[in-house]
Amino acid sequence: MRIVFEKREAVSRSASVLVPVVSFVISLVLGAILLWASGVSPAATYVAMARGAFGSWPAFTETLVKAIPLMLAGLAVSIAFRMQFWNIGAEGQLVLGGVAAAWVALFWSNFVPAQILLPVAIIMGMAAGALWAGIPALLKAYLRVDETLTTLMLNYVAILYSQYLYYGSWRDPKGYGFPGTAPFPEAAWLPRLAGRAHLGLVFAVIAAVLLWFILKRTRWGFELRIIGENPTAARYLGINIARNIVLALLLSGALAGLAGACEVTGISHRLQQGLSIGYGFTAIIVAWMAQLNPIAVLLVALLMASLLVGGDQVQIMMHLPSAVGQVLQGLILVPMLAGALFTEYRLRIIRSRPSQAPVRAEEVRP
Amino acid sequence: MIALITSILAITVRAGTSLIYAAIGETYTERSGILNLGVEGMMLMGAVTAFAVSFHTHNLVLALAVAVAVGALMAAVHAFLTVTMRANQVVSGLSLTILGTGLSSFLGQRLGPDGGPLVGLVGAKFDPIVIPGLSRIPVVQALFQQDILTYAVYLLVPLAWFVLYRTRLGLDLRATGENPQTADAMGVNVAATRYAYTILGGALAGLGGAHLSLAYTPGWTENLTGGRGWIVIALVIFAMWNPARAVLGALLFGGINAVQFRLQAAGARIPAAFLNMLPYIATIAVLVVMTWWEALSKRVGAPAALGKAYMREEK
Repeated sequence: MRIVFEKREAVSRSASVLVPVVSFVISLVLGAILLWASGVSPAATYVAMARGAFGSWPAFTETLVKAIPLMLAGLAVSIAFRMQFWNIGAEGQLVLGGVAAAWVALFWSNFVPAQILLPVAIIMGMAAGALWAGIPALLKAYLRVDETLTTLMLNYVAILYSQYLYYGSWRDPKGYGFPGTAPFPEAAWLPRLAGRAHLGLVFAVIAAVLLWFILKRTRWGFELRIIGENPTAARYLGINIARNIVLALLLSGALAGLAGACEVTGISHRLQQGLSIGYGFTAIIVAWMAQLNPIAVLLVALLMASLLVGGDQVQIMMHLPSAVGQVLQGLILVPMLAGALFTEYRLRIIRSRPSQAPVRAEEVRP
Repeated sequence: MIALITSILAITVRAGTSLIYAAIGETYTERSGILNLGVEGMMLMGAVTAFAVSFHTHNLVLALAVAVAVGALMAAVHAFLTVTMRANQVVSGLSLTILGTGLSSFLGQRLGPDGGPLVGLVGAKFDPIVIPGLSRIPVVQALFQQDILTYAVYLLVPLAWFVLYRTRLGLDLRATGENPQTADAMGVNVAATRYAYTILGGALAGLGGAHLSLAYTPGWTENLTGGRGWIVIALVIFAMWNPARAVLGALLFGGINAVQFRLQAAGARIPAAFLNMLPYIATIAVLVVMTWWEALSKRVGAPAALGKAYMREEK
């Protein structure tokens, strides 16, 4: 008797919904064991987390505040992953987007009319993110340099550069040594919708719908999907893979840059420490759990944000480390990754002699 | 001047030790075809658990054993997901880093006395041992006033190089990462090899983390590793998957850290941020040159099957 994985003809619909849900439940169970082992009531902790994230209107707006960058960066990552381009540089692209937006907001107000200062800052942020994703895209498309490693390395170049700016040459001389730039002029503040939740939420929803439309309804989206699913077929169809990699990555970087630009113009109103707190990495989990579906990205981002905000709340209310939220985020992925196999493969138990059951097992996509 | 060089060298070696442990582990893991981006999380978990054990028991051997076991356990999860379940290696590794970062921070707040924080406490630690005689040779003496974990590295590096390039074990390992089909045909158990070296890599990452919390900067603070796990990933590529070259890289990257304080003190105008960028930029440059070289059909670089799941063809 042998057990083999057999490739499903089509990705299992029910499994692709069930796996993330079950994974989330398993992560809560694992988290509960950890909490219980450290002498805390898991139920009380989870209730406090849920209350902290969704229990009141102000709490919910704070969850939205954290969800917005996760939504935008999650969309950024998902479009690159869609073509099997492992962009793990969203963190750096986000940071550089924030830097560029801060540059416009701080230094361009003398020659840019106040009415368009904010749009210019946001567009420059998107351009900077696109540039930062464009470098590894060009290296991959034309020199075949591995993108996982280049995008990862560029994160730290961007983060260190932003530190150099807010600790050094851009530091506010009136800031009492606080590491950060001077506040932006109000013309460069992104309007807020409710609480601290800002217009970035609208950008994220528009971006998700646009991406969904591009992927499902346009020729370009079709090309991107083919490149990701079957590069050989793409080549036979005459699709220009190199050009598409660069274009898709410019879009991906622009979305991550938009996330950074919205953070500085919508929340902190200055460039300061705390812009890089791992949104770009969490976005990878978001994109993965959402199975690269743009609309699902919005919902998963909200869920991930609720874990972060909930974690902050249990720290305040129960004196538990706020890292609880991060632990749960990390725990979700283990069952999620293990379960992904079942959406593409089914288990088959073969009782007869091996030679009588010709079963092809194909390599799962990397 | 000699005294200055000696002291910079001594700090460089000390700073490089944790990097070398983790980099040798990651080199072996990647050589088997598994990319493990969870190094940062495993180093953090190794650091926090080692320090917690050293604080409560004052038993350094036990502290090291726990750090090694914790690193190995996390790597076993990575191996299970990527080898058995054929999950995406990038996503699995990253999630382990996120988990390790969160969990180490959580444990750092709870593993102290009476369920309190570990931050600011003092436990047993590894002190430098000065080797008589050798420690009187100018400059070289810097190598012989280190802690025992650093001395162990002096033995580990040639051993790691020898096993990889001069033994049957190393040949099987390299074959597994280069061409799993051929390795399989040669009679190598691809899955078992990948499990073994991924777990070994995690164990060494845990040990590297333990060096930080028990010797380099004894004690625990949140995010103690400060991104060293990512430097290790860069380092392995920079060294082109060669354990001996990884040492040079670790000393270079560790040295940048050590030198920058001296440079600042000497009034140099290069901001620290730009010095700290160097490892990452150098790594990208190495990647580009290496890929370009490979295009000219010279095999120098990454294990060809790195990052790819292997599924045995069933007939």
